[in-house]
Amino acid sequence: MPTTLEQIKEHFSGTGCALSCAPADRAVKGYDLDVSANAGDVVSAAEYLGGIGFALDTITGVDWILQNEMEVVYDYFHPASPLRIVVRTRVPRANPEVPTVSGVFPGANWHERETHDFFGIRFAGHPNLIPLLLPEDADYHPLRKDFNA
Amino acid sequence: MSFLLTEPFRLLLSILCIVAFVGGNAAYLVLAERKGAGRFQNRPGPNEAGFGGWLQPIADVGKLISKQLMVPPEADQLLFRLAPLVVLTPAMMCLAVIPFGDTVVARNINVGLLMVFSFGSINVMAILLSGWASRNKFAIMSAARVVSQNVAYEIPMLLVVITLLMATGTMDLSEIVRQQAGGFWHWNFCRVWINPLMPVTFVIFFICMLAETNRAPFDMAEAESELVAGAFTEYGSMGFGVFFMAEYANIVLGCSLATVLFFGGWQTGLGAVPAAWGGWGVLVGLGFFMAKLYALIFTVIWVRWTFPRTQFYILLNLSWKILIPVSLFTLLLSSAMIKLLPR
Amino acid sequence: MSASFDIAASAKSGETFVLNLGPQHPAAHGVLRVKMTMDGEYVMRSEPVIGYIHRMHEKMGENRSLAKFLPNTGRIDYLSALHYNHAFVGAVERAARIEVPPRAEFIRVITSELNRISSHLVWWGAFLLDLGGFTPLLYAFDDREKILDLLEGVTGSRLTYCYFRFGGVRDDLDEGFVERTRAFIAQMRPRLKMYRQLVTDNIILRKRLENIGPISPELCRRYGATGPVIRGSGVPYDVRKIEPYSVYSQLDFEVPVYPEGDCMGRYRVRMDEIAQSLRIIEQALDKLPDGPTLGKVPRVLKLPVGDVCYAVEAARGRLMVRIVSDGKEAAYRLKLRTPSFSNMSLFEEASRGMLLADALALMGSLDLVIPDIDR
Repeated sequence: MPTTLEQIKEHFSGTGCALSCAPADRAVKGYDLDVSANAGDVVSAAEYLGGIGFALDTITGVDWILQNEMEVVYDYFHPASPLRIVVRTRVPRANPEVPTVSGVFPGANWHERETHDFFGIRFAGHPNLIPLLLPEDADYHPLRKDFNA
Repeated sequence: MSFLLTEPFRLLLSILCIVAFVGGNAAYLVLAERKGAGRFQNRPGPNEAGFGGWLQPIADVGKLISKQLMVPPEADQLLFRLAPLVVLTPAMMCLAVIPFGDTVVARNINVGLLMVFSFGSINVMAILLSGWASRNKFAIMSAARVVSQNVAYEIPMLLVVITLLMATGTMDLSEIVRQQAGGFWHWNFCRVWINPLMPVTFVIFFICMLAETNRAPFDMAEAESELVAGAFTEYGSMGFGVFFMAEYANIVLGCSLATVLFFGGWQTGLGAVPAAWGGWGVLVGLGFFMAKLYALIFTVIWVRWTFPRTQFYILLNLSWKILIPVSLFTLLLSSAMIKLLPR
Repeated sequence: MSASFDIAASAKSGETFVLNLGPQHPAAHGVLRVKMTMDGEYVMRSEPVIGYIHRMHEKMGENRSLAKFLPNTGRIDYLSALHYNHAFVGAVERAARIEVPPRAEFIRVITSELNRISSHLVWWGAFLLDLGGFTPLLYAFDDREKILDLLEGVTGSRLTYCYFRFGGVRDDLDEGFVERTRAFIAQMRPRLKMYRQLVTDNIILRKRLENIGPISPELCRRYGATGPVIRGSGVPYDVRKIEPYSVYSQLDFEVPVYPEGDCMGRYRVRMDEIAQSLRIIEQALDKLPDGPTLGKVPRVLKLPVGDVCYAVEAARGRLMVRIVSDGKEAAYRLKLRTPSFSNMSLFEEASRGMLLADALALMGSLDLVIPDIDR
């Protein structure tokens, strides 16, 4: 019996591992819970969600150049329930670093390599952060907003 | 005109005929295979190159010859060039003892069967040579698989042939055919009073023949989806052409052997004995032989386009764990029956 | 004579060699490179190298307005292009609160399911080609031609469809589409039976696929694998049932699930899915209402600030599109979560210690389309 949305919300707001935790309107947004966390807390969030049976859908990087920040968005889905959880974190643009969740979800290995390829976000503790989609010797990050080919 | 009957002329004629037979078969069996494949797959097959596709082999030969004959610089220079020669020669030599008609046999020796099997094993060595000499990982893997597979399948084949030898009592292929004169119930395939499992014996022989010639579903050696072209990856142009010819020559050899051993060779199977009719009889016998031969070859082609490939260990298991015990059993059974029952 | 043959190319123990299933290979379904460290015939470690067909669709999503990105969606996974159309227009419609008329929804479902069948037929033919059975491919393509003719009449394209629009579909169904589709369904069902008798029940195929390449549900979850991969491991996860979208909740169909977790389980899931898709199409044709095929869409379409995501069940698994918008005409960030990406990522762990031919059977059973992985 998968955990209910209320219990997940309580975990995130209660245990203080999230900066904010708000339910979202499924029909408008496509997900049920929007959790903002510190960069250091993403791993514990992943561990909690992995423990109750969630799977990692994808990792999205967003370059908020005007706010001088980069955002990493983790989407989680559950194979047995319709709940969809989003965990997001923001890091400074000049030195973006987030701990890796590939220890909890081995599938994150490729997602993090791709995000690193496109944005230059470093995932601390990743076993093999070499380019995945770009050529092996690529040192540019195409999805940054200040990237000029 | 009498010089036409002299030995040297007859020898020359036999060599020419065998080479022409192998060459013609290699060329037109390819077309038959592609047409057959097309029909099995609900499409016409090659029908562009002249008269509805009949000049396709000529076009293929022209293409193959005109390509550059390249030897990779890292390959073993002598062995790489030697392998195609070694693979084609045994098949041609073995065809010298197959009786195509009553007197249509290049050289009838009284240990013909033994000769066929001795030379047939050289085929394996040739593929191993080509795989090894190519210095290519895919080729090495394929050569290793071929050796493993061929060694495994030679054993049940020989056991089955020994069973047959006990029934025929002679290794002379022409004599074996003559013993099957009369109605089709005299054919070795139907001789169940000597060995009740004779049809099973034929099936084992057929399976082993498919495996020995590396035909699907036993074509791990050139499993194109995994090993590109297997042992022949580095061969281009006529090098590849020769391997191709050798594969079809081996199929022809295997099927002619099956025809001679099991289906009465050039005997009509309808009761009449063509040997008694002189010249025309020889041609009739030749015609029957060719009909049976090509029926078997069609079955070989048919099997290829119907079944997927087996897994390698299943292939070896089939031989070591199933075919060998069954052929040993038939061997014991027929020796028991020959001993106990009067001829 | 040249130096002795060195097979210990880059291995530490000296007993293994590296086999490169290079980007050009008859069995790599597209430009995929897999570096396999082999010990004889056993795969010790396999490292997929992707990116050979990376076209950066996500950057293209930022460079052009939302409507201009629609043709791109058909080219990400060309075999099931309509599902990708659907995910993208669904995300935009969700964010901009655009109403889709019911006739358009049913047309979307009918064409998507036809696309699913044609994608599975290609997978089936190519998978058997990998295994050495050359003939079923031609029969599958024969059936697929009929689907392509049906869809060409409706969408105008044979393969990379760009048929869905924000608020509905581009054109109504053409004359005779309903009859021709019903004729196709009637003709396809006996063909499926023939395929089952001749191919699925064939002893050689069964020996080749049963108990080969086991993937546990836990492995699927840890890598995010979805679609027939997870359904062939016993987990009944299908986006159409768990998160119903469009009009799937009004249609009655089953989700085939096989608990074995081997290649045969995944194979059977896809074959059954073809039968279920035929069922869905029949019901949708029965329920097809009249009406407009395009809803009201503002002339200049701008999404509200914030993000939105929309998931569909593509032929290969869960496809999710996430659009981050800053109120302008183009998306600020467009993220495509493609099923083959996650399905492929588990290949490394799943293929350890397998024989080469089995590893390739496993890869074939994952149903990969490399442009789907690379985008």
